[in-house]
Amino acid sequence: MLDSFFDFESLDWATIILILIVFVVLGALFTAGQILRRQPESNFDKAIIRTFNRRVGAWLTICVMLVVALCLSKVVTVVFFGVLSFWALREFITMTPTRRADHRTLFWVFFVFTPMQYVLVGLDWYNFYTILIPVYVSLFIPARIAFTGDHKRFLERSAKIQFGVLICVYALSHAPALLYLDLVKYNQSTGVWEPWSGKPTGLLFFFIVMVQVSDTLHFVWDRLFGRYVIAAAINPTKTWEGLIGTVCSTAVVGMLIQLLLPDVTPFTWYGAGFMAVLISVMASSGSMTMSAIKRDRGIKDYGTLVTGHAGVLDRIDSVCFAAPIFFHVTRFCLAEPTVVRDPDGIVAQFLNFLLT
Amino acid sequence: MKQITVPFLANLAKILSGATVRWVDCEPDICQRVYFANHTSHLDALVLWASLPKQLRNLTRPVAAADYWQAGPVRRYMASVFNALLIDRTKIKVHNSPIDMMIREIRDKYSLIVFPEGGRNPTGELRDFKSGLYYLGKKRPDLELVPVYFDNLNRVMPKGEFLPVPLLSSISIGSPIWLEAGEGKNEFLTRARQAVLNLKQ
Repeated sequence: MLDSFFDFESLDWATIILILIVFVVLGALFTAGQILRRQPESNFDKAIIRTFNRRVGAWLTICVMLVVALCLSKVVTVVFFGVLSFWALREFITMTPTRRADHRTLFWVFFVFTPMQYVLVGLDWYNFYTILIPVYVSLFIPARIAFTGDHKRFLERSAKIQFGVLICVYALSHAPALLYLDLVKYNQSTGVWEPWSGKPTGLLFFFIVMVQVSDTLHFVWDRLFGRYVIAAAINPTKTWEGLIGTVCSTAVVGMLIQLLLPDVTPFTWYGAGFMAVLISVMASSGSMTMSAIKRDRGIKDYGTLVTGHAGVLDRIDSVCFAAPIFFHVTRFCLAEPTVVRDPDGIVAQFLNFLLT
Repeated sequence: MKQITVPFLANLAKILSGATVRWVDCEPDICQRVYFANHTSHLDALVLWASLPKQLRNLTRPVAAADYWQAGPVRRYMASVFNALLIDRTKIKVHNSPIDMMIREIRDKYSLIVFPEGGRNPTGELRDFKSGLYYLGKKRPDLELVPVYFDNLNRVMPKGEFLPVPLLSSISIGSPIWLEAGEGKNEFLTRARQAVLNLKQ
Protein backbone atom coordinates (compact mmCIF):
# COMPACT_ATOMS: atom_id res chain seq x y z
CA MET A 1 0.00 0.00 0.00
CA LEU A 2 2.67 2.41 1.10
CA ASP A 3 4.85 1.33 -1.79
CA SER A 4 2.24 2.17 -4.36
CA PHE A 5 1.79 5.63 -2.90
CA PHE A 6 5.37 6.59 -2.19
CA ASP A 7 7.51 6.43 -5.24
CA PHE A 8 11.01 6.52 -3.83
CA GLU A 9 12.12 4.63 -6.90
CA SER A 10 11.73 7.87 -8.80
CA LEU A 11 14.80 9.29 -7.08
CA ASP A 12 18.32 8.15 -7.76
CA TRP A 13 21.43 9.30 -5.94
CA ALA A 14 22.31 12.00 -8.45
CA THR A 15 18.88 13.57 -8.03
CA ILE A 16 18.99 13.33 -4.26
CA ILE A 17 22.39 15.04 -4.14
CA LEU A 18 21.18 17.77 -6.50
CA ILE A 19 18.12 18.32 -4.31
CA LEU A 20 20.31 18.52 -1.22
CA ILE A 21 22.65 21.04 -2.86
CA VAL A 22 19.68 23.17 -3.88
CA PHE A 23 18.26 23.15 -0.37
CA VAL A 24 21.62 24.01 1.17
CA VAL A 25 22.07 26.95 -1.23
CA LEU A 26 18.49 28.18 -0.84
CA GLY A 27 18.73 27.77 2.93
CA ALA A 28 21.94 29.79 3.01
CA LEU A 29 20.40 32.54 0.85
CA PHE A 30 17.31 32.55 3.03
CA THR A 31 19.37 32.90 6.21
CA ALA A 32 21.54 35.60 4.66
CA GLY A 33 18.41 37.51 3.60
CA GLN A 34 16.94 37.29 7.08
CA ILE A 35 20.18 38.51 8.68
CA LEU A 36 20.39 41.44 6.24
CA ARG A 37 16.78 42.32 6.98
CA ARG A 38 17.43 42.49 10.70
CA GLN A 39 20.49 44.69 10.26
CA PRO A 40 19.38 48.12 11.46
CA GLU A 41 21.89 50.12 9.47
CA SER A 42 22.77 48.11 6.42
CA ASN A 43 24.40 49.54 3.34
CA PHE A 44 21.87 47.85 1.11
CA ASP A 45 18.65 49.21 -0.21
CA LYS A 46 15.76 47.91 1.92
CA ALA A 47 13.53 47.39 -1.12
CA ILE A 48 16.14 45.21 -2.83
CA ILE A 49 16.49 43.05 0.27
CA ARG A 50 12.74 42.69 0.51
CA THR A 51 12.48 41.63 -3.16
CA PHE A 52 15.36 39.24 -2.65
CA ASN A 53 13.78 37.67 0.45
CA ARG A 54 10.44 37.31 -1.26
CA ARG A 55 12.01 35.54 -4.21
CA VAL A 56 14.08 33.18 -2.10
CA GLY A 57 11.07 32.42 0.10
CA ALA A 58 8.89 31.69 -2.92
CA TRP A 59 11.49 29.43 -4.50
CA LEU A 60 12.03 27.58 -1.26
CA THR A 61 8.29 26.94 -1.01
CA ILE A 62 8.04 25.80 -4.62
CA CYS A 63 11.07 23.49 -4.24
CA VAL A 64 9.79 21.90 -1.03
CA MET A 65 6.38 21.24 -2.60
CA LEU A 66 7.96 19.94 -5.80
CA VAL A 67 10.25 17.54 -3.93
CA VAL A 68 7.34 16.26 -1.84
CA ALA A 69 5.30 15.75 -5.02
CA LEU A 70 8.19 14.02 -6.80
CA CYS A 71 8.66 11.67 -3.85
CA LEU A 72 5.00 10.74 -3.85
CA SER A 73 4.40 9.94 -7.51
CA LYS A 74 4.29 11.27 -11.05
CA VAL A 75 0.57 11.85 -10.77
CA VAL A 76 0.97 14.03 -7.68
CA THR A 77 3.58 16.08 -9.54
CA VAL A 78 1.21 16.54 -12.48
CA VAL A 79 -1.55 17.63 -10.08
CA PHE A 80 0.86 20.04 -8.39
CA PHE A 81 1.66 21.74 -11.70
CA GLY A 82 -2.03 21.70 -12.56
CA VAL A 83 -2.80 23.67 -9.41
CA LEU A 84 0.01 26.12 -10.21
CA SER A 85 -1.45 26.59 -13.70
CA PHE A 86 -4.92 27.14 -12.34
CA TRP A 87 -3.66 29.76 -9.92
CA ALA A 88 -1.50 31.51 -12.51
CA LEU A 89 -4.39 31.63 -14.98
CA ARG A 90 -6.57 33.03 -12.24
CA GLU A 91 -4.12 35.85 -11.66
CA PHE A 92 -3.75 36.45 -15.38
CA ILE A 93 -7.48 36.70 -16.10
CA THR A 94 -8.12 38.79 -12.98
CA MET A 95 -5.64 41.33 -14.31
CA THR A 96 -7.05 41.22 -17.84
CA PRO A 97 -10.32 43.01 -18.40
CA THR A 98 -12.88 40.75 -20.00
CA ARG A 99 -16.50 41.49 -20.66
CA ARG A 100 -19.65 40.06 -19.20
CA ALA A 101 -20.18 37.96 -22.32
CA ASP A 102 -16.89 36.11 -21.80
CA HIS A 103 -18.14 34.49 -18.61
CA ARG A 104 -19.13 31.13 -20.08
CA THR A 105 -15.95 30.95 -22.16
CA LEU A 106 -13.90 31.51 -19.03
CA PHE A 107 -15.83 28.81 -17.25
CA TRP A 108 -14.89 26.34 -19.99
CA VAL A 109 -11.28 27.42 -19.85
CA PHE A 110 -10.95 27.08 -16.09
CA PHE A 111 -13.00 23.99 -15.37
CA VAL A 112 -12.79 21.95 -18.56
CA PHE A 113 -9.66 22.70 -20.59
CA THR A 114 -7.17 23.30 -17.79
CA PRO A 115 -7.93 20.01 -16.00
CA MET A 116 -8.16 18.22 -19.36
CA GLN A 117 -4.68 19.33 -20.40
CA TYR A 118 -3.19 17.93 -17.21
CA VAL A 119 -5.20 14.71 -17.38
CA LEU A 120 -3.80 14.18 -20.88
CA VAL A 121 -0.27 14.87 -19.63
CA GLY A 122 -0.86 12.38 -16.81
CA LEU A 123 -2.08 9.80 -19.33
CA ASP A 124 1.04 10.48 -21.39
CA TRP A 125 -1.16 11.11 -24.45
CA TYR A 126 1.44 13.21 -26.24
CA ASN A 127 -0.36 13.46 -29.57
CA PHE A 128 -3.40 14.97 -27.91
CA TYR A 129 -1.97 17.28 -25.26
CA THR A 130 0.38 18.99 -27.70
CA ILE A 131 -2.55 20.10 -29.84
CA LEU A 132 -5.42 20.42 -27.35
CA ILE A 133 -4.83 24.09 -26.60
CA PRO A 134 -3.15 25.35 -29.81
CA VAL A 135 -5.80 23.75 -32.02
CA TYR A 136 -9.05 22.96 -30.24
CA VAL A 137 -9.12 25.54 -27.47
CA SER A 138 -7.77 28.40 -29.53
CA LEU A 139 -10.56 27.86 -32.05
CA PHE A 140 -13.20 27.23 -29.41
CA ILE A 141 -12.57 30.50 -27.55
CA PRO A 142 -13.39 33.00 -30.32
CA ALA A 143 -16.28 30.87 -31.54
CA ARG A 144 -17.82 30.66 -28.06
CA ILE A 145 -17.46 34.42 -27.62
CA ALA A 146 -19.02 35.04 -31.03
CA PHE A 147 -22.05 32.97 -30.05
CA THR A 148 -22.76 35.36 -27.16
CA GLY A 149 -23.33 38.18 -29.64
CA ASP A 150 -21.07 40.73 -27.97
CA HIS A 151 -18.70 41.98 -30.67
CA LYS A 152 -17.10 44.82 -28.76
CA ARG A 153 -13.26 44.51 -28.78
CA PHE A 154 -13.83 40.96 -29.98
CA LEU A 155 -10.36 40.16 -31.27
CA GLU A 156 -8.71 41.65 -28.22
CA ARG A 157 -10.82 39.64 -25.80
CA SER A 158 -10.27 36.33 -27.59
CA ALA A 159 -6.55 37.00 -27.84
CA LYS A 160 -6.28 37.77 -24.14
CA ILE A 161 -7.94 34.55 -23.09
CA GLN A 162 -6.00 32.52 -25.67
CA PHE A 163 -2.71 33.98 -24.53
CA GLY A 164 -3.51 33.33 -20.88
CA VAL A 165 -4.30 29.67 -21.49
CA LEU A 166 -1.29 29.23 -23.74
CA ILE A 167 1.20 30.59 -21.22
CA CYS A 168 -0.31 29.58 -17.90
CA VAL A 169 -1.63 26.16 -18.82
CA TYR A 170 -0.21 24.84 -22.08
CA ALA A 171 3.38 26.01 -21.64
CA LEU A 172 3.63 25.08 -17.97
CA SER A 173 2.18 21.60 -18.51
CA HIS A 174 5.35 20.68 -20.42
CA ALA A 175 7.32 20.69 -17.17
CA PRO A 176 5.61 17.63 -15.61
CA ALA A 177 5.46 16.08 -19.09
CA LEU A 178 9.24 15.67 -18.83
CA LEU A 179 8.59 12.85 -16.34
CA TYR A 180 6.98 10.73 -19.05
CA LEU A 181 9.78 10.86 -21.60
CA ASP A 182 11.59 7.65 -22.48
CA LEU A 183 15.04 8.94 -23.17
CA VAL A 184 18.15 7.53 -24.75
CA LYS A 185 21.73 8.41 -23.99
CA TYR A 186 24.64 8.33 -26.38
CA ASN A 187 27.30 5.91 -25.21
CA GLN A 188 30.55 7.50 -26.27
CA SER A 189 32.72 4.42 -25.77
CA THR A 190 30.58 2.10 -27.89
CA GLY A 191 29.08 4.74 -30.16
CA VAL A 192 25.47 3.55 -29.84
CA TRP A 193 22.28 5.01 -28.40
CA GLU A 194 21.26 3.18 -25.24
CA PRO A 195 18.20 3.64 -23.05
CA TRP A 196 19.03 6.17 -20.38
CA SER A 197 19.37 4.52 -16.99
CA GLY A 198 18.72 7.67 -14.92
CA LYS A 199 15.36 8.91 -13.60
CA PRO A 200 13.30 11.61 -15.37
CA THR A 201 12.73 13.15 -11.95
CA GLY A 202 16.32 14.31 -12.08
CA LEU A 203 15.70 15.91 -15.49
CA LEU A 204 12.67 17.84 -14.21
CA PHE A 205 14.56 18.97 -11.14
CA PHE A 206 17.55 19.97 -13.27
CA PHE A 207 15.22 22.08 -15.40
CA ILE A 208 13.60 23.82 -12.43
CA VAL A 209 16.98 24.45 -10.82
CA MET A 210 18.39 25.96 -14.00
CA VAL A 211 15.44 28.36 -14.31
CA GLN A 212 15.91 29.29 -10.70
CA VAL A 213 19.66 29.79 -11.11
CA SER A 214 19.04 31.89 -14.20
CA ASP A 215 16.50 34.08 -12.37
CA THR A 216 18.80 34.58 -9.39
CA LEU A 217 21.89 35.27 -11.49
CA HIS A 218 19.94 37.76 -13.59
CA PHE A 219 19.09 39.62 -10.42
CA VAL A 220 22.74 39.60 -9.27
CA TRP A 221 24.29 40.52 -12.65
CA ASP A 222 21.85 43.39 -13.16
CA ARG A 223 22.60 44.83 -9.74
CA LEU A 224 26.37 44.44 -9.98
CA PHE A 225 27.25 45.07 -13.62
CA GLY A 226 24.12 46.40 -15.29
CA ARG A 227 24.63 49.50 -17.43
CA TYR A 228 22.69 49.37 -20.68
CA VAL A 229 19.00 48.84 -20.00
CA ILE A 230 17.24 46.67 -22.60
CA ALA A 231 13.84 48.37 -22.51
CA ALA A 232 13.39 50.90 -19.73
CA ALA A 233 9.68 51.26 -20.41
CA ILE A 234 9.12 47.58 -19.75
CA ASN A 235 11.62 46.67 -17.06
CA PRO A 236 14.09 49.30 -15.86
CA THR A 237 16.28 46.74 -14.08
CA LYS A 238 16.95 44.29 -16.91
CA THR A 239 20.18 45.12 -18.73
CA TRP A 240 22.15 43.70 -21.65
CA GLU A 241 25.11 42.99 -19.37
CA GLY A 242 22.75 41.16 -17.05
CA LEU A 243 21.32 39.09 -19.89
CA ILE A 244 24.68 38.10 -21.38
CA GLY A 245 26.24 37.47 -17.99
CA THR A 246 23.27 35.36 -16.94
CA VAL A 247 23.28 33.23 -20.06
CA CYS A 248 27.02 32.54 -19.78
CA SER A 249 27.06 31.89 -16.05
CA THR A 250 23.95 29.68 -16.19
CA ALA A 251 25.69 27.63 -18.89
CA VAL A 252 28.68 27.19 -16.59
CA VAL A 253 26.45 26.13 -13.70
CA GLY A 254 24.65 23.66 -15.98
CA MET A 255 27.92 22.11 -17.11
CA LEU A 256 29.21 21.89 -13.55
CA ILE A 257 26.08 20.11 -12.36
CA GLN A 258 26.32 17.65 -15.23
CA LEU A 259 30.04 17.02 -14.61
CA LEU A 260 29.57 16.53 -10.88
CA LEU A 261 26.42 14.42 -11.17
CA PRO A 262 26.57 12.64 -14.55
CA ASP A 263 23.39 10.63 -13.89
CA VAL A 264 21.11 13.56 -13.27
CA THR A 265 20.33 14.17 -16.96
CA PRO A 266 20.96 12.20 -20.15
CA PHE A 267 22.94 15.10 -21.64
CA THR A 268 26.68 15.26 -22.16
CA TRP A 269 28.36 18.03 -20.19
CA TYR A 270 28.36 20.38 -23.18
CA GLY A 271 24.81 19.31 -23.97
CA ALA A 272 23.83 20.37 -20.46
CA GLY A 273 25.60 23.70 -21.05
CA PHE A 274 23.65 24.20 -24.28
CA MET A 275 20.39 23.34 -22.53
CA ALA A 276 21.25 25.80 -19.77
CA VAL A 277 21.76 28.55 -22.37
CA LEU A 278 18.42 27.70 -23.91
CA ILE A 279 16.67 27.72 -20.53
CA SER A 280 18.30 30.98 -19.52
CA VAL A 281 17.36 32.78 -22.75
CA MET A 282 13.77 31.54 -22.52
CA ALA A 283 13.48 32.36 -18.81
CA SER A 284 14.65 35.93 -19.42
CA SER A 285 12.29 36.28 -22.39
CA GLY A 286 9.48 35.02 -20.21
CA SER A 287 9.96 37.57 -17.48
CA MET A 288 10.39 40.36 -20.05
CA THR A 289 7.13 39.36 -21.78
CA MET A 290 5.20 39.18 -18.55
CA SER A 291 6.66 42.54 -17.50
CA ALA A 292 5.39 44.02 -20.75
CA ILE A 293 1.89 42.76 -19.99
CA LYS A 294 2.05 44.07 -16.45
CA ARG A 295 3.23 47.50 -17.61
CA ASP A 296 0.42 47.63 -20.12
CA ARG A 297 -2.05 46.95 -17.33
CA GLY A 298 -0.29 49.44 -15.06
CA ILE A 299 0.62 47.06 -12.25
CA LYS A 300 3.98 46.05 -10.85
CA ASP A 301 3.37 42.54 -9.56
CA TYR A 302 0.56 40.07 -9.89
CA GLY A 303 0.98 39.69 -6.15
CA THR A 304 -0.18 43.24 -5.51
CA LEU A 305 -3.18 42.79 -7.76
CA VAL A 306 -5.37 41.82 -4.85
CA THR A 307 -3.87 42.47 -1.46
CA GLY A 308 -2.60 39.40 0.30
CA HIS A 309 -2.13 37.11 -2.68
CA ALA A 310 1.21 35.54 -3.33
CA GLY A 311 1.72 36.36 -6.99
CA VAL A 312 2.33 32.89 -8.39
CA LEU A 313 2.61 34.19 -11.92
CA ASP A 314 5.47 36.53 -10.94
CA ARG A 315 7.54 33.52 -9.90
CA ILE A 316 6.70 31.04 -12.62
CA ASP A 317 6.62 33.25 -15.72
CA SER A 318 10.18 32.17 -16.55
CA VAL A 319 9.32 28.48 -16.00
CA CYS A 320 6.34 28.86 -18.34
CA PHE A 321 8.45 30.14 -21.20
CA ALA A 322 11.33 27.73 -20.75
CA ALA A 323 9.32 24.52 -20.21
CA PRO A 324 7.97 23.81 -23.71
CA ILE A 325 11.27 24.61 -25.41
CA PHE A 326 13.29 22.50 -22.99
CA PHE A 327 10.77 19.67 -23.35
CA HIS A 328 10.74 19.69 -27.14
CA VAL A 329 14.47 20.03 -27.64
CA THR A 330 15.08 17.19 -25.18
CA ARG A 331 12.42 15.08 -26.80
CA PHE A 332 13.62 15.80 -30.30
CA CYS A 333 17.23 14.96 -29.55
CA LEU A 334 16.90 12.18 -27.02
CA ALA A 335 13.45 10.64 -27.38
CA GLU A 336 12.68 11.31 -31.00
CA PRO A 337 11.74 8.01 -32.62
CA THR A 338 13.59 8.85 -35.83
CA VAL A 339 16.85 8.90 -33.94
CA VAL A 340 16.21 5.74 -32.00
CA ARG A 341 14.59 3.71 -34.74
CA ASP A 342 16.61 4.89 -37.66
CA PRO A 343 20.25 5.21 -36.64
CA ASP A 344 21.23 6.05 -40.24
CA GLY A 345 18.67 8.85 -40.59
CA ILE A 346 19.73 12.43 -41.11
CA VAL A 347 18.88 13.50 -37.55
CA ALA A 348 20.83 10.63 -36.05
CA GLN A 349 23.80 11.37 -38.28
CA PHE A 350 23.72 15.03 -37.34
CA LEU A 351 23.57 14.19 -33.63
CA ASN A 352 26.34 11.65 -34.07
CA PHE A 353 28.38 14.31 -35.75
CA LEU A 354 27.71 16.71 -32.87
CA LEU A 355 28.34 14.23 -30.13
CA THR A 356 31.41 12.40 -31.39
CA MET B 1 -27.33 18.93 8.18
CA LYS B 2 -26.90 22.67 8.40
CA GLN B 3 -23.68 22.21 10.34
CA ILE B 4 -22.19 20.58 7.25
CA THR B 5 -23.77 22.43 4.34
CA VAL B 6 -23.27 25.93 5.66
CA PRO B 7 -19.49 25.85 6.20
CA PHE B 8 -19.15 23.81 3.00
CA LEU B 9 -21.02 26.34 0.87
CA ALA B 10 -19.35 29.29 2.52
CA ASN B 11 -15.84 27.92 2.10
CA LEU B 12 -16.55 26.84 -1.46
CA ALA B 13 -17.66 30.38 -2.25
CA LYS B 14 -14.56 31.73 -0.58
CA ILE B 15 -12.22 29.46 -2.53
CA LEU B 16 -13.96 30.08 -5.85
CA SER B 17 -13.94 33.82 -5.41
CA GLY B 18 -10.33 33.84 -4.17
CA ALA B 19 -11.45 36.50 -1.72
CA THR B 20 -9.04 38.31 0.55
CA VAL B 21 -10.52 40.23 3.43
CA ARG B 22 -9.14 43.61 4.43
CA TRP B 23 -10.30 45.10 7.71
CA VAL B 24 -9.61 48.81 7.21
CA ASP B 25 -9.75 50.65 10.54
CA CYS B 26 -12.20 48.08 11.80
CA GLU B 27 -11.99 44.87 13.78
CA PRO B 28 -14.31 41.88 13.97
CA ASP B 29 -16.57 42.35 16.98
CA ILE B 30 -19.66 40.70 18.40
CA CYS B 31 -21.44 44.01 18.92
CA GLN B 32 -24.53 44.52 16.80
CA ARG B 33 -23.72 45.82 13.37
CA VAL B 34 -25.26 46.52 10.03
CA TYR B 35 -22.84 45.72 7.22
CA PHE B 36 -23.91 47.70 4.17
CA ALA B 37 -22.28 46.92 0.83
CA ASN B 38 -22.36 47.33 -2.91
CA HIS B 39 -24.30 44.50 -4.51
CA THR B 40 -22.91 42.95 -7.67
CA SER B 41 -23.28 39.21 -7.31
CA HIS B 42 -25.09 36.45 -5.45
CA LEU B 43 -21.81 35.61 -3.85
CA ASP B 44 -21.61 38.93 -2.00
CA ALA B 45 -23.43 37.99 1.18
CA LEU B 46 -22.09 34.45 1.11
CA VAL B 47 -18.46 35.50 0.82
CA LEU B 48 -18.74 38.23 3.44
CA TRP B 49 -20.44 35.76 5.75
CA ALA B 50 -17.68 33.21 5.12
CA SER B 51 -14.93 35.69 5.83
CA LEU B 52 -16.26 36.64 9.25
CA PRO B 53 -14.75 34.81 12.23
CA LYS B 54 -16.72 31.70 13.26
CA GLN B 55 -18.36 33.12 16.37
CA LEU B 56 -19.72 36.05 14.36
CA ARG B 57 -21.22 33.96 11.58
CA ASN B 58 -24.12 32.64 13.61
CA LEU B 59 -24.90 36.17 14.74
CA THR B 60 -24.98 37.70 11.26
CA ARG B 61 -28.03 37.51 9.01
CA PRO B 62 -28.20 38.68 5.40
CA VAL B 63 -31.25 40.67 4.40
CA ALA B 64 -32.67 39.50 1.08
CA ALA B 65 -35.66 39.98 -1.18
CA ALA B 66 -38.50 37.57 -0.46
CA ASP B 67 -39.88 37.61 -4.02
CA TYR B 68 -36.53 36.38 -5.32
CA TRP B 69 -35.44 34.00 -2.57
CA GLN B 70 -38.79 32.27 -2.15
CA ALA B 71 -39.04 31.34 -5.82
CA GLY B 72 -38.04 27.72 -6.19
CA PRO B 73 -36.84 25.11 -3.71
CA VAL B 74 -33.10 25.75 -4.17
CA ARG B 75 -33.39 29.44 -3.41
CA ARG B 76 -35.74 28.79 -0.49
CA TYR B 77 -33.26 26.28 0.89
CA MET B 78 -30.32 28.65 0.49
CA ALA B 79 -32.24 31.42 2.24
CA SER B 80 -33.10 29.17 5.17
CA VAL B 81 -29.59 27.77 5.45
CA PHE B 82 -28.11 31.21 5.90
CA ASN B 83 -30.88 32.32 8.20
CA ALA B 84 -31.68 35.12 5.77
CA LEU B 85 -34.15 37.80 6.77
CA LEU B 86 -36.53 37.96 3.84
CA ILE B 87 -38.18 41.27 2.98
CA ASP B 88 -41.15 41.47 0.69
CA ARG B 89 -40.23 44.22 -1.76
CA THR B 90 -43.72 44.29 -3.29
CA LYS B 91 -45.67 44.92 -0.10
CA ILE B 92 -43.83 47.77 1.58
CA LYS B 93 -46.42 49.79 3.49
CA VAL B 94 -46.32 52.09 6.48
CA HIS B 95 -47.85 49.58 8.89
CA ASN B 96 -45.74 46.76 7.44
CA SER B 97 -42.40 48.51 7.33
CA PRO B 98 -39.42 46.26 6.64
CA ILE B 99 -37.31 48.36 8.99
CA ASP B 100 -39.59 47.56 11.90
CA MET B 101 -39.43 43.92 10.94
CA MET B 102 -35.63 43.97 10.84
CA ILE B 103 -35.44 45.63 14.21
CA ARG B 104 -37.91 43.13 15.64
CA GLU B 105 -35.97 40.21 14.21
CA ILE B 106 -32.46 41.21 15.24
CA ARG B 107 -33.48 41.92 18.85
CA ASP B 108 -30.32 42.74 20.77
CA LYS B 109 -28.40 39.82 19.33
CA TYR B 110 -28.04 39.68 15.55
CA SER B 111 -26.11 41.73 13.04
CA LEU B 112 -27.34 42.32 9.48
CA ILE B 113 -25.90 42.36 6.00
CA VAL B 114 -27.82 44.80 3.80
CA PHE B 115 -27.45 45.99 0.24
CA PRO B 116 -28.87 49.51 0.19
CA GLU B 117 -28.78 49.74 -3.61
CA GLY B 118 -31.84 47.49 -3.53
CA GLY B 119 -30.64 44.94 -6.07
CA ARG B 120 -27.67 43.61 -7.93
CA ASN B 121 -26.08 46.09 -10.24
CA PRO B 122 -24.83 44.53 -13.47
CA THR B 123 -22.53 47.42 -14.42
CA GLY B 124 -20.61 47.26 -11.17
CA GLU B 125 -21.11 50.97 -10.50
CA LEU B 126 -22.51 52.05 -7.18
CA ARG B 127 -26.08 53.37 -7.51
CA ASP B 128 -27.85 55.67 -5.08
CA PHE B 129 -28.82 54.13 -1.75
CA LYS B 130 -32.39 53.48 -0.73
CA SER B 131 -33.52 55.06 2.50
CA GLY B 132 -33.73 51.91 4.66
CA LEU B 133 -30.26 52.38 6.06
CA TYR B 134 -31.19 55.87 7.28
CA TYR B 135 -34.28 54.63 9.11
CA LEU B 136 -32.32 51.75 10.63
CA GLY B 137 -29.76 54.21 11.95
CA LYS B 138 -32.50 56.50 13.23
CA LYS B 139 -34.53 53.88 15.05
CA ARG B 140 -31.55 52.00 16.45
CA PRO B 141 -28.79 54.60 16.96
CA ASP B 142 -26.72 52.01 18.87
CA LEU B 143 -26.12 49.88 15.75
CA GLU B 144 -22.69 50.25 14.16
CA LEU B 145 -23.13 50.88 10.43
CA VAL B 146 -20.14 49.26 8.74
CA PRO B 147 -19.38 49.97 5.05
CA VAL B 148 -18.22 47.02 2.94
CA TYR B 149 -16.87 47.07 -0.60
CA PHE B 150 -16.76 43.99 -2.83
CA ASP B 151 -14.22 44.19 -5.62
CA ASN B 152 -14.33 41.96 -8.71
CA LEU B 153 -17.05 39.64 -7.41
CA ASN B 154 -19.29 40.66 -10.30
CA ARG B 155 -16.76 39.03 -12.60
CA VAL B 156 -16.69 35.86 -10.52
CA MET B 157 -20.43 35.40 -10.81
CA PRO B 158 -22.35 38.11 -12.65
CA LYS B 159 -26.08 38.60 -12.50
CA GLY B 160 -27.89 35.97 -14.53
CA GLU B 161 -25.13 33.35 -14.37
CA PHE B 162 -25.25 30.29 -12.19
CA LEU B 163 -21.70 29.04 -12.68
CA PRO B 164 -18.81 30.93 -11.11
CA VAL B 165 -15.43 31.64 -12.70
CA PRO B 166 -12.63 31.44 -10.12
CA LEU B 167 -11.02 34.86 -10.42
CA LEU B 168 -9.52 36.74 -7.49
CA SER B 169 -11.55 39.25 -5.54
CA SER B 170 -11.34 41.25 -2.37
CA ILE B 171 -13.60 42.46 0.40
CA SER B 172 -12.81 45.67 2.25
CA ILE B 173 -14.51 46.33 5.55
CA GLY B 174 -14.29 49.94 6.68
CA SER B 175 -14.70 51.80 9.94
CA PRO B 176 -18.27 52.16 11.28
CA ILE B 177 -20.37 55.27 10.79
CA TRP B 178 -23.40 56.50 12.73
CA LEU B 179 -26.24 58.82 11.98
CA GLU B 180 -25.16 62.24 13.27
CA ALA B 181 -27.56 64.35 15.32
CA GLY B 182 -29.66 66.47 13.01
CA GLU B 183 -28.29 64.86 9.86
CA GLY B 184 -30.77 64.79 7.00
CA LYS B 185 -31.75 61.69 5.06
CA ASN B 186 -30.08 62.54 1.75
CA GLU B 187 -27.05 63.92 3.48
CA PHE B 188 -26.60 60.70 5.44
CA LEU B 189 -27.22 58.42 2.47
CA THR B 190 -24.64 60.30 0.39
CA ARG B 191 -22.15 60.01 3.22
CA ALA B 192 -22.83 56.29 3.58
CA ARG B 193 -22.46 55.76 -0.15
CA GLN B 194 -19.20 57.68 -0.08
CA ALA B 195 -17.95 55.49 2.79
CA VAL B 196 -18.37 52.43 0.56
CA LEU B 197 -16.72 54.19 -2.39
CA ASN B 198 -13.77 55.23 -0.23
CA LEU B 199 -12.94 51.56 0.24
CA LYS B 200 -12.58 51.09 -3.50
CA GLN B 201 -9.13 52.58 -4.07
